[in-house]
Amino acid sequence: MRRLVVPFVVLLTAAGALTTACGGDSAPAGTVRLLTHDSFFISDDARAAFTAATGLRLEVRRAGDAGSMVNQAVLTAGNPVADVLYGVDTTFLSRSLDADLFLPYQSPLLAGLYPGLAADPQHRVTPVDFGDVCLNYDKAAFATIPSPQTLADLADPAYRGLLVVQDPSTSSPGLAFLLATIATFGEEGPYTWKNYWADLRANDVRVAAGWEEAYYGAFSGGAGEGDRPIVVSYASSPPAEVIYADPPVGEAPTAVVTDGCFRQVEFAGILRGTRNESAARALLDFLLSERFQEEVPLTMFVFPALASVELPPEFVAHTRVPTAPLTMDPARIEANRDRWIAEWASIVLR
Amino acid sequence: MGLHRAALTARSRLALAVVAAPPLVFLLAFFVWPVASIVATGLFPSGRFAGGAFRRAVEGGLPGVAWFTLWQAAASTVLTLLVALPGAYVFARYDFPGKRLLRALFAVPFVLPTVVVGTAFLALIGPGGLLGIRLDGTIWAILAAHVFFNVAVVLRTVGGLWSHLDPRLEEAARLLGASRGQVFTRVTLPLLRPALAAAASLVFLFTFTSFGTVLLLGGPGLATLEVEIYRHTTALFDLPLAAVLALVQMAGVTAVLLAYSRYQERRAVEQALRPAIEVARRPGTPAERALVGGTVAGTALLLLGPPAVLVARSLNTGEGWGLGYYRALGRPGRAGALLVDPLRAVGNSVSFALVATAVALVVGLLAAVVIAYHRGRASRWFDTLLMLPLGTSAVTIGFGFLLALDAPVDLRSSWLLIPLAHALVAVPFVVRAVVPVMRAVRTRLREAAAVLGAPPRRVWREVDLPLVSRAAAAGAGFAAAVSLGEFGATAFIARPDTPTLPLAVFRFLGQPGRLNFGRAMAMSVILMVVTAAAVALIDRLRPPGLEEF
Repeated sequence: MRRLVVPFVVLLTAAGALTTACGGDSAPAGTVRLLTHDSFFISDDARAAFTAATGLRLEVRRAGDAGSMVNQAVLTAGNPVADVLYGVDTTFLSRSLDADLFLPYQSPLLAGLYPGLAADPQHRVTPVDFGDVCLNYDKAAFATIPSPQTLADLADPAYRGLLVVQDPSTSSPGLAFLLATIATFGEEGPYTWKNYWADLRANDVRVAAGWEEAYYGAFSGGAGEGDRPIVVSYASSPPAEVIYADPPVGEAPTAVVTDGCFRQVEFAGILRGTRNESAARALLDFLLSERFQEEVPLTMFVFPALASVELPPEFVAHTRVPTAPLTMDPARIEANRDRWIAEWASIVLR
Repeated sequence: MGLHRAALTARSRLALAVVAAPPLVFLLAFFVWPVASIVATGLFPSGRFAGGAFRRAVEGGLPGVAWFTLWQAAASTVLTLLVALPGAYVFARYDFPGKRLLRALFAVPFVLPTVVVGTAFLALIGPGGLLGIRLDGTIWAILAAHVFFNVAVVLRTVGGLWSHLDPRLEEAARLLGASRGQVFTRVTLPLLRPALAAAASLVFLFTFTSFGTVLLLGGPGLATLEVEIYRHTTALFDLPLAAVLALVQMAGVTAVLLAYSRYQERRAVEQALRPAIEVARRPGTPAERALVGGTVAGTALLLLGPPAVLVARSLNTGEGWGLGYYRALGRPGRAGALLVDPLRAVGNSVSFALVATAVALVVGLLAAVVIAYHRGRASRWFDTLLMLPLGTSAVTIGFGFLLALDAPVDLRSSWLLIPLAHALVAVPFVVRAVVPVMRAVRTRLREAAAVLGAPPRRVWREVDLPLVSRAAAAGAGFAAAVSLGEFGATAFIARPDTPTLPLAVFRFLGQPGRLNFGRAMAMSVILMVVTAAAVALIDRLRPPGLEEF
């Protein structure tokens, strides 16, 4: 048996040594850690620019989708695994503020951001980018019939069996779209959001678990594998279809319905319990800097919060930033989210 | 085995404790403590017991969800066994060209990310599917996918023992006038029971905690406990309810496992195992050829159909058939940066798989020694505890790591957690592969060696080890495959910037554009190739001379 025990001890010792060397609490003083979601992306060049400007090395830690990341941060409030959190959006903002996750910090770069994005007067979170969850449609499918113009159109029998949405309990755009319908049709009156969803169900709406399944599995305009020509996606999806086209195309194969778009602002904040608050501030400033902001449209397909950044030509040519996107007070979302999701499920799924 | 227990002296008790300690410490540190932490946090928010969560769970439809979880897992297990047994038989008893290659290829479905397989399945049985039937959104799609993912488990676990069964027993029964059916039910099946039960328990656990398959193919109307735990932990952040669900899930799994290990102890048969090389032969008669050919073709069709769809998609570029998507993997995007470096992803995955396999082998072998040679209630509970991680929600484990592993060393965001989480899931495979063989080794063989004067350690080395090594290699192949394909707990760990192959697939799949879809397919094919290569390599790595043991 000793033959097995010895390698195990060696392995454990080696593992211990590696842990001390690579991970855990032993991050050198010149390192700043960013907790974020799986969709976060930063180029090596931008990373190098950050290090050159601040002397700090950036360590990125991804923790699942936005909901999973926020919940992990809430569970470790005060004893965080990183210094800065990026990627909490409008739908989860209240949860993170209620859990007292962040230290206030008023970045000198705030003045340059689009007005109206900021959500916390105490500056515990800072807007970094925004995206609009909008209906996308496959242009090829609407050569003979008109494309939908409003959310209400989708309840019209002419659009029966064309729409795929995401389950709001497992998908962030799915939740945003549910909120868009609540903001549009309201909770009171003769025709509420519940009536609308009952009509969508009668119109054979399909529900997918997540964005990938809806866009690549059910939508006919993405990779062309599905049979549904209308999908809940983002205002930035048509430019992405051009940039990642195969073969190259001059025109996007998909387009956006600009009515009923829900704006999701993504925020960053300094995690309470950070070991290095000044480094955390430097990272937050960097997230707002032109160097980082100018690459977010092409790396994460979101719109930069910094007003002076010019959008890439594909964005200008192939999509529109909705002029009057729907929004909702984060506190109202937090107070009602679970009930809405449960009611939605009983209308659409049961 | 009564003799064995009587011989258990104080010294051997000490030896047992020494052997049992490392796996126990591993489980306590990386499973029991994290899971207890997250469940306690859920049940005692701000220090007070949240008893209302139980009532809310029942009102929220827990009994229905639990029942669905249970019966779909049971049905999936039975179907998987039925579909896999002919293949296991043919692989064990016949030699045919391409056997090694097919054996490695058949392990591929086991590791494919569910999202990727899901889209391939939809291409076959979804709207406008190639097979012309629509099953998506039905229980049949879930069952078919579960069979697809798990046939490899049965092929390898049952096939491992079958290839050593002495064919002379069956021949004798035939000579005595038994029909083929009688031989199978009265001779072969009883001898195979330990491996069948082991495979069934693994498949049951996998399907009991099925997540992606149910979400994807079942549609949002069907939910397992695992899906509900995910929803309540990540989206709704209802930790009390998630804790109740996790407890129900673990209680169900524990009950099934305890029943299994009681059964296993009663049914273990000691038998003279034969070298695989003596057992397998070339199909002789035309009927045998047809049997082998038909079974292999049928299994291949089932297991390689969806992967073939992925390969076709990865090659079907906008400019015609070609390697465009593969070349585009390493091409920087418009922002001048790689979305994910494919070579680094391969490197990370392989490194994690090596560490995870090593840990799983050491922990699993030590544990198997305890379980196989020491019987009784303690051993049964130990066995159950080892298997439990496989039947526990990945979300529970991932979030548990976060709560529990901050002291004495803050491991919460160390890369080491990734292979450790993989090893947690891989250990049961090593144990399940090894224990039936260890138990089957004839006590008489061992006693004969002892009588001839060999000290116990030498007996173990020369009698048990060669047989066990072969089973361990099979377990190691699974461990590596589990690690390469794992996308459960690691998805919920605040992991450092070390993308693995499945994560790379998701990176591409997370953005719109045909090129990204194509690259995700190409990355999936690379994952398949790496897995098949790893499994084939481990199959070959058996110590020399073992073929004839």
